[in-house]
Amino acid sequence: MNDILSSIFSTDFVYSSLRLTTPVLFAALASLIADRAGIINIGLEGIMLFSALTGVIGSAYSQSLFVGLLCAVGTGVLIAFIMAYFSLTLHADITLAGVAVNLVATGGTVFVLYSICGDKGVSTSLNSLVFPTVEIPLLKDIPVLGNILSGHNVLTYVSLVMVVVVWFFMEKSKLGLRIRAVGENENAAKSVGISVVRIRYLALILSGVLASLGGAFLSMGMLTYFSKNMSAGRGFIALAAEALGRGGAVGTFFSSLVFGCAEALSVSLQGVGLPPQFVQMVPYVTTILGLVIYSALRKKQQKSLHQLYKKRKRGLR
Amino acid sequence: MRALSEVLLSMEHITKVYPNGFIANKDVSLSVRQGEIHALSGENGAGKSTLMKILFGEEQAEQGKIFFKGKEIRPENSISAIKMGIGMVHQHFMLVPSLTVAENIVLGMEPGRFGRFDRRAALRMAQEITEKYKFQINPKERVENLAVGDKQKVEILKALIRGAELLILDEPTAVLTPQETEELFVQMERLREKGHTLIFISHKLREIKQICDRITVLRAGKTVGVANVADLSEAEISRMMVGRDVMLQVTKEKAKPGKTVLQVRDLNLSGRPDGKTISFDLRAGEILGIAGVEGNGQKELADYISGMRTYSQGSIRLNGKEIRGLSVRKIRELGLSHISEDRMSYGCSADANVEENLFSTSIYRKKYSRGLLLRKKLLDSESDRLIQEYHIKCSEKTEPVRMLSGGNIQKVVVAREFSGDISLILANQPTRGIDVGATEFIRNKLISLRDQRVAVLLISADLNEVLEVSDSILVFSGHGISAYFPDASQVREEVLGEYMLGIRQMDAQQIGGVVYEKQTGEPASADQPAN
Amino acid sequence: MKSRRENRRPLTNRQIENRFTLIRTLVAVGIALICCLALILLVSEEPLQAFVSFLTGPLDPPKNLATVLQTAAPLIFSGLAVSIMFSCNQFNLAGEGAFFLGGLAGSAVAVKLVLPYVVHPIVALLAGGLVGGIVCAIPGLLKVKLGATEVVSSLMLNYVVLYFGVYLLNYFLLDPSAGFPATERLPDTARLESLIPKTNFHIGIILSFVLCVVMYFFLYRSKYGYSIRMVGQNENFARYSGIKVGATIMMAQIIGGILAGVGGASEVLGGYTRFQWVALPGYGFDGVIVAILAGNNPLLVPLGAVFLAYLRVGADIMSRRSDVATEVLAIVQGAIILLVAAKLFLKNIKHKYIVANATKLEAMKGGEEHE
Repeated sequence: MNDILSSIFSTDFVYSSLRLTTPVLFAALASLIADRAGIINIGLEGIMLFSALTGVIGSAYSQSLFVGLLCAVGTGVLIAFIMAYFSLTLHADITLAGVAVNLVATGGTVFVLYSICGDKGVSTSLNSLVFPTVEIPLLKDIPVLGNILSGHNVLTYVSLVMVVVVWFFMEKSKLGLRIRAVGENENAAKSVGISVVRIRYLALILSGVLASLGGAFLSMGMLTYFSKNMSAGRGFIALAAEALGRGGAVGTFFSSLVFGCAEALSVSLQGVGLPPQFVQMVPYVTTILGLVIYSALRKKQQKSLHQLYKKRKRGLR
Repeated sequence: MRALSEVLLSMEHITKVYPNGFIANKDVSLSVRQGEIHALSGENGAGKSTLMKILFGEEQAEQGKIFFKGKEIRPENSISAIKMGIGMVHQHFMLVPSLTVAENIVLGMEPGRFGRFDRRAALRMAQEITEKYKFQINPKERVENLAVGDKQKVEILKALIRGAELLILDEPTAVLTPQETEELFVQMERLREKGHTLIFISHKLREIKQICDRITVLRAGKTVGVANVADLSEAEISRMMVGRDVMLQVTKEKAKPGKTVLQVRDLNLSGRPDGKTISFDLRAGEILGIAGVEGNGQKELADYISGMRTYSQGSIRLNGKEIRGLSVRKIRELGLSHISEDRMSYGCSADANVEENLFSTSIYRKKYSRGLLLRKKLLDSESDRLIQEYHIKCSEKTEPVRMLSGGNIQKVVVAREFSGDISLILANQPTRGIDVGATEFIRNKLISLRDQRVAVLLISADLNEVLEVSDSILVFSGHGISAYFPDASQVREEVLGEYMLGIRQMDAQQIGGVVYEKQTGEPASADQPAN
Repeated sequence: MKSRRENRRPLTNRQIENRFTLIRTLVAVGIALICCLALILLVSEEPLQAFVSFLTGPLDPPKNLATVLQTAAPLIFSGLAVSIMFSCNQFNLAGEGAFFLGGLAGSAVAVKLVLPYVVHPIVALLAGGLVGGIVCAIPGLLKVKLGATEVVSSLMLNYVVLYFGVYLLNYFLLDPSAGFPATERLPDTARLESLIPKTNFHIGIILSFVLCVVMYFFLYRSKYGYSIRMVGQNENFARYSGIKVGATIMMAQIIGGILAGVGGASEVLGGYTRFQWVALPGYGFDGVIVAILAGNNPLLVPLGAVFLAYLRVGADIMSRRSDVATEVLAIVQGAIILLVAAKLFLKNIKHKYIVANATKLEAMKGGEEHE
């Protein structure tokens, strides 16, 4: 028991929590933009996986991180565009479109991996690049805080910046305003001449960009190579994280952090004598519990809202 | 006749046929002068909304022309109508609840550079327009926190900021309190002073008298008259609106009511603890019609009786049994048959075929299954019989219901609901939006079932229907009962109109006449007589 | 005169729609295969040979057909499971977990209980079904009781189920002498015997086909199936008609889970000598493809499953005879889902078809009036 406690209260634990939060956070922010436009993007998982692979390939062949990043993001945009085309233009069920993307990604990444480096598991034979870690001047010298906050991968910092960017975009930009309007009341948007379909296309594509950054982090930051199914359900966890964050960027950050901690916990609990399978389960069980709590609270709130509404109406008369 | 130049809008010979064959407008004409408040009036289903949707580009007419500011226009969608200077305030608000008033007003034309939304500029724009028209509203408030009247102001401002010269207000007072209505009228007059022209859709005569200059009345999709409001009395307008068409006449014997089937006591339809309550009895072999402007408690009554919603105050007894908390199936087993007002959402499953739709309420019964399987032959023969008996036009009984016409879909609903062991028919808008043939068929069917000792509660916004089909009539107004007529054949439509529109109200004793079974120990007319 | 009218009788709209659904599905499959060919061209040194072995491999030698059927069996089980849940408009993807844990439960019964022939596999299959039903009931319960969306909860549940299953395998069922994580050898009393010597054509395959017919009758010829379909098509209508919506949703998910669980057990008892899954086998998601191809109709499920199995065996053979990996199939599958699900795909052609037919109908009506 002491082992567990000491491992949780170590700076290492907090550091790795932040690190493991990164991919979930990117994907959760991606889910946020789509969700605010009224779309549940089930395909995040597939986008992440594919981008993780194309980033590795791009950087390996060009020996340029920038090209690698470009490949990853381009993949995210392309997949999001395909999803948008099928669901918005051809009216395919968006959930089915997401499932299709995830299926293609699971097998397709292996196919591409095998075609390029003859291996079906990992991309270690490719000499791919990794995003650098950054020591933050001044901060790194502060005792505990420095150990936790400094020395992360550059994409981890990007993800934190993205929280602010997404917040600003959703709350302070014209496009964000329109996305919210479309998601909340399609008819209101239509009544003032906003094209609902075009806004949703844009939202999905932005969602694809963010998810692809999460994917790039997986294979070019967290690990140094691509490995089969390395997204491991993070795209789905992100959906739950965003729901728990109530669609706000800051709330989403904190709920993503919870899942990051759960994952870090599952890492640091390895070797304390618990069956490893239970340890591996932690992030997923946390997600289900999170969903249950969220749904139960929402149900309760709806009830009390209803009563409040009744009261207010009564007060009016 | 005034000079032609003063006419701002003229819609000429408009005809609109919906895909299901329903003719909503037949050769309707409307002429609105520059700077007036023009009332467009008529019963529910008279074609007002359709006409305005055509003007606002949401529907396209089959025939007819529209002239606006002297030029012929063809609005293809609401955006093009807005560009031409036409604005519309819908009955259901088109607002984004979580955004502020200012944000809602400028949505789609947001100020700001480099993609940034300039909140201050938006606020300024909103303030300018509210001050120009002297609207009392805080642009910083979120719309979800506004009262209904204020939401309506936002809708009006949305239209004004886009340069609307002609403003259509679709039943704006239906959702307002009297105080809010007064405020709206002040604003409407101010808009008129500023040179705007308004079309005011309403069937509240007092309001029309108070605020409007001229009136066009529609009835059953046709124009029945145009007049200066000052030249007409309320009673005259009422007569124009509800005048009876004798196109469809049903013949029936006088009712011979039997024992009470449905007993409603102290039921509160308003959703407010201090609201009015209603009590009435409905007997076997009797058709009780409920007349009233929609939204006066009819929907709540139907939901409570059918078990779609549970009530907390009062009681409803069906064949002597209290139905509070019972499941829909249990209530149906007590003898309820229910024609829902929303045919496509509740009355049928569009993707299911005709046969499947015919048995949704009864398929669980033992007689339709042998072991685990359904008795296909029995179902086939019964559905063949129903299709024939109810003249359902379909190419085969396995045709999905969505491929049928509105009238035939309703016949499927009716065929299902009228089969089996029923003692009460709750018919909510049974002939809405369907063709004449199907309408006549359904009305006759209701009467023949009445003659077989079934009780019928007929809720209809169509006054013709209520007057023709019912034996006795209740009038709903303000979520309560405003009148009871024991003999429908003795009721004149204008009188009914006056009770519907809240001009007159019967006293408690007269209304109490609909309670046949007095409860012991409680005098029937204990209530205070009204005024 | 009768015959003359027969000759030119136009199709009913329903027939047009049915025909059109078929055409659209075929075109979708065609496009998907073309995509696949393009990919093979891109990556292969010997594309023609690869593609030929992909398409004809499953027929050559004919014994491979038995392999196709064997591959189809688990797809049929999971396709059926998904069809039932989709019919109720429930997007529960826990079929994947149910299939996995069903297989484990079946194996546990096989190695831990001593039972005679015939009885043993039946008990094992039932155990698989029971466990599968429980797995799928969880997202259902969360949906009905709390309104939690079944999509995310079922996807997460799959991972939990996987790790739980691997835990059980490692701590209670492991045979250390196997050399890899697996149970003891499944005893002969419990195995589903091969019916054709030297192939794996076992009785579970027959069972899967039989279940298709059974589920067809359940879904289209029983009052329970009727309720499931009505709730799936229009929940409001179901409620208005007096159908118990919550109970019906639960029923659909549990039955789906049972089917997937039995499928898992049957797959292990018929196709393996030990239970050795340590990752999700993926059949649950394949069930989605099968259900979409079959339009949720149990009688068409074998068709979709056999087709998919054919592609799978073909891809497998191709990967052995050429330099293209089997996973190319994933792209075909994804394309099929997208194209079949796209409601407006080929809409224009359909519209022309309907207009032409309506004109014909109109002309005929006119003719009748003049008669």
